[in-house]
Amino acid sequence: MKHSQQLLAIAGLALAVWGMSYGFYYAVWIEHQTLDHIGGSLAAAFQHAALRETAASHAGLADYARAKYVYTREVDAHSHWIGLAMVLMLLAALWNRLSFGETTRGLLAGALIAGAYGFPLGVLLQNHLGGGIGQGIAVGGSILLIIAFLAVAAGFARESAN
Amino acid sequence: MGARRLLVLGGLALFLGGTILGNVFAVFILHPNADRIGQALVAATAAVRQHRAEDAGQNFAAIGGFLENRGTKVDAHAHMIGFGYLAMLLAILFPWIRLSESASRWLAALLITGGVVLPVGVFAIHYVGLAYSPLESIGWASIVADAAGLLAVIACAGFLVGLWRQWRAGEPPAADALLLDRSWAGRVLMAGGTLLILAGFLHGAWYAGMDLYAQEQQDQKLLATMADSAALDPGPGLVPERAGAALNAYGTLQADHAVKIAAHSHIIEFGLIALMAGFFQPFVFLGEAWKRRWAVVLLLGSVILPVAVLLELRFGLVAGGVADVGGVLVIAALTGMLTGVLRFTGCLDASADTLAAGGRA
Repeated sequence: MKHSQQLLAIAGLALAVWGMSYGFYYAVWIEHQTLDHIGGSLAAAFQHAALRETAASHAGLADYARAKYVYTREVDAHSHWIGLAMVLMLLAALWNRLSFGETTRGLLAGALIAGAYGFPLGVLLQNHLGGGIGQGIAVGGSILLIIAFLAVAAGFARESAN
Repeated sequence: MGARRLLVLGGLALFLGGTILGNVFAVFILHPNADRIGQALVAATAAVRQHRAEDAGQNFAAIGGFLENRGTKVDAHAHMIGFGYLAMLLAILFPWIRLSESASRWLAALLITGGVVLPVGVFAIHYVGLAYSPLESIGWASIVADAAGLLAVIACAGFLVGLWRQWRAGEPPAADALLLDRSWAGRVLMAGGTLLILAGFLHGAWYAGMDLYAQEQQDQKLLATMADSAALDPGPGLVPERAGAALNAYGTLQADHAVKIAAHSHIIEFGLIALMAGFFQPFVFLGEAWKRRWAVVLLLGSVILPVAVLLELRFGLVAGGVADVGGVLVIAALTGMLTGVLRFTGCLDASADTLAAGGRA
């Protein structure tokens, strides 16, 4: 078993454990309160509208949109971390079939790991650092993942041809 | 039963259970639930028009209940499938995990238990609610689900320690039939799975870049139009024309969002299961012809379901029916493979144990 293969397997399972731990923490301490907040602010917006309090209604809707934006990214980070962890673990098992030398394999493993950890982190950071920075990290991570995955597919295709 | 076969059987069973739950949910609950949400939103808009603030609040409470009904079932479906994947992946990586067979069996049982109990707990959240709960916003079903999640985290952390120990030992792992198999069915499943995952990545990137932010803005804008129009627009009727148009557009927006997310997640999930099924071909104790048939059926269903889901907005129930057929094909293929795994005599377990005992001595 090569160094890059082991690295990919350990990084994948570690990412799965991290993603699950984050999901556990989120479910226990944050999710229910967040869902109550989303529902409550939307209901309040319509109740204010019924009382013809337009400004308060708009404030309620803005509150709802912000809470939903944050919630979507928190859940997306959790699901993408675990999904990508599984892709890393699967690729680790297939790594011997890749028609590249160990140096290229190491670079590809590094790119996949950076993308798998970084892309969901960027999604989550959109809630804390502002949309631009987080979005930039997420886009960078996803581009890294897609390029690395294309290279891996090419490596498998070359192995099959050989 | 060896730890590895427990992981394969438990993983496949969890995936099958999750897929069947998803199909039942899509056919019997998804659409009626979406209709009820739409009706409650119309009623809330009408309540705004008639200055009935309390009724508007009650309608949103009802919407919250419908969304919880939908969300918990989607979560149960997704988590059951996710734990199934994890169990199967750990079975694939098993030769690289340096733990005793009994410790591996305990961890495997812990993961499967967590993988069964968590979705059952999540499913029950909508029905149990906060009855007898000691906490303000978390009911007993959630507490059980969270505890099961913790079991799964502990199991995966244990397997991670095993992987780490193998890394530190620096010894090559035992030769493994699952990683060496080059059968036709295995190769087709792996190639097809890789392509499906790549397609899912590209679709997700396109969705995030082109649709996600626009849809989030549109969501808020349409809700504001409903509330403002119902409160301020002159004229007769319980739902003014502008509010009615916003209600219709909101329904379309939610449906568009749902089908794109579902297509993205399903195409990647099916790619993963195809890749994993490719590994497990040596465990599938069936004739070569049947192994090939089930491989093709699995890939066919894996393409049909997400494509048909994407076409649901254009072709409605016809596309929904085709998507369900795709789901049934996936279930049939996996059931066929699971039957083969159950018929398997355990020779790979035995050889793995022997090799592991040698490697760990």
